[in-house]
Amino acid sequence: MAQSLAKKISKNLVDVRDLHKDYYTVAGTISVLKQVNFSMDIGDYVAIMGPSGSGKSTFMNILGCLDQPTNGEYSLDGHQVANLSANALAQTRNQTIGFVFQGFNLLSRVNLIDNVALPLVYAGVEKTERQARAKVLLKKVGLELHMQSMPNQISGGQQQRVAIARALINNPRLILADEPTGNLDSSTSEEIMVLFSELNQDGISIILVTHETEIAAHASRQVRFLDGRIVQDERSKEIYSQLSTEAS
Amino acid sequence: MFSAMLGEAWRAMGANRLRTFLTMLGMVIGVASVVLMMAVGQGAQESVKQSINAMGSNLFIVLSGSFTAGGVRSGSGNSSTLTVLDANAIGELDGVANVAPISTGGGQAVFGSNNWSTTITGTSPSYLDIRSWELEDGFVFSASDMRSATRVALVGKTVVDNLFGDIDPIGKTIRIKQNPFIVLGVLKSKGQSLDGRDQDDTIVIPLTTAQRKILGNQFAGSVRQVIVQATTPEMMPTVEQNINALLHQRHKIRDGADSDFFVRNLTAVANSAAETTRTMSLLLGAIASVSLLVGGIGIMNIMLVSVTERTREIGIRMAIGARERDILLQFLLEAIVISVIGCLIGLALGISGAMLVNKLAEAAVVISGNSILIAFGVAASVGVFFGYYPARKAARLNPIEALRYQ
Repeated sequence: MAQSLAKKISKNLVDVRDLHKDYYTVAGTISVLKQVNFSMDIGDYVAIMGPSGSGKSTFMNILGCLDQPTNGEYSLDGHQVANLSANALAQTRNQTIGFVFQGFNLLSRVNLIDNVALPLVYAGVEKTERQARAKVLLKKVGLELHMQSMPNQISGGQQQRVAIARALINNPRLILADEPTGNLDSSTSEEIMVLFSELNQDGISIILVTHETEIAAHASRQVRFLDGRIVQDERSKEIYSQLSTEAS
Repeated sequence: MFSAMLGEAWRAMGANRLRTFLTMLGMVIGVASVVLMMAVGQGAQESVKQSINAMGSNLFIVLSGSFTAGGVRSGSGNSSTLTVLDANAIGELDGVANVAPISTGGGQAVFGSNNWSTTITGTSPSYLDIRSWELEDGFVFSASDMRSATRVALVGKTVVDNLFGDIDPIGKTIRIKQNPFIVLGVLKSKGQSLDGRDQDDTIVIPLTTAQRKILGNQFAGSVRQVIVQATTPEMMPTVEQNINALLHQRHKIRDGADSDFFVRNLTAVANSAAETTRTMSLLLGAIASVSLLVGGIGIMNIMLVSVTERTREIGIRMAIGARERDILLQFLLEAIVISVIGCLIGLALGISGAMLVNKLAEAAVVISGNSILIAFGVAASVGVFFGYYPARKAARLNPIEALRYQ
């Protein structure tokens, strides 16, 4: 009781306690996540690494309210996710979280401005406001000249910028990026990572899944998964020193 | 929100135009055939109603009965006990609107060098009212013509065509069985009766004239039939009873003895004809509805394909915050838009088809607002009904699997 009260007043954006996730298959039960404990402050920038099959994608899905854990607690922004209804989960994905995917996942038949504005449709925002807000964000990611273009008319890096703009449209507290540079060449990847760093400096918390150490190095904290457990959790040295100088 | 979703539906339909068109086609054909078939059916009902009205509504025919002479029984209509006085007495009964005694017979009519054998109908002026038969030209003979048995005639269209050709018959003198008659009026064409007789092949003259000059009659004042019109359809059973009672009394027929007259209800025949056409048009409508059903199944089929194809899109939408009902509504709306647009095109096609039938075949085809409303309602509910299952399937997708779907 006292513990749950303490949790409610914690300023942690993400708090995961004893998280388990089992999948039931014909071959038997597979435990994908085993006793994962993880917490994250507002404004933090975390890179999650690990080989495929280590459970990092499942962890991201649970953090993104797309999947439910078998056991354990997950609180996001002070709310116990397990207690939320399906509609409330959808609302959380809409308002609190912004997704960025490896494959961009833009709607192919919809022009860029409408793609960016799409989450606002489900938030019940009027059309003129939707367009205005999407315009601002497209400008922010440097694509104000392509607003009426279709996704297949622009490059992969530009598509990912559009996807980031879409993730930002509802002013989320947390951005979940699943291999956001996986389909991009190194120079475009660098541009995207610079964009993420800028967002983080604006105060947006970011969790990034990647298997490239150079990409992970952009984050202030690296978490490594192996066989469903967190085996390494450390802060970047320069950031540590930065934090310590700020503190002093 | 709703208008945004309508836009989405429109865009989804535009993404695969041929497929959308083919899906719609099922609806178009279904609705068009329902509208057309119902128009044809209603046209048939209308034409039956017209021929019933032409015959006159709420009618009885009182026929004189048979008589027996030396063991030989004559057929009905040969007894001479039914008289004009009986007809007048029937006219006094409650619920009787009109009465006309009728004597008919064949006769050769001659005008100039033309001659034509036709039916001579001797009756009173009320006959035309009962049959709701109007004049094309001229005027009807009067009650005083009845009293003084003047030789005046109203001629049917067929008779006019055969005797007069292009000449205006009004005021001309024709001879019927050597008696000169002045033509007072020309009857409007009535066409065929329900049993196929040409109703225009007749000459109508005053009953008294017919009996004295043309048909001859050994019993003055007796007629073969009296036609009776009741005021309303509801009064018909009462009127039939009253006629029976009255004539039994007037003809002094003891209880249990054979009547010397028959009362026939003409409406019964007409009603059965109307019933037949109603059944026919129901049948036509039912057959046409089957195609509407098939169209609906086509929509369901395509929507299921569309949900599978757009699984990834559904996953994306769910990830960025679409609720189950948003997805449900999106796909349901798409099905409804397809079926409603298909229905509108079908209505346009069906109505123009019905008009074409009207023009080409000169068949009476009636488009009623009802059938249009029904077709529209059915189409919309077909969209909801057949769109719901695929839409629910979409809404129930697991977002993770949907996102992974290639």
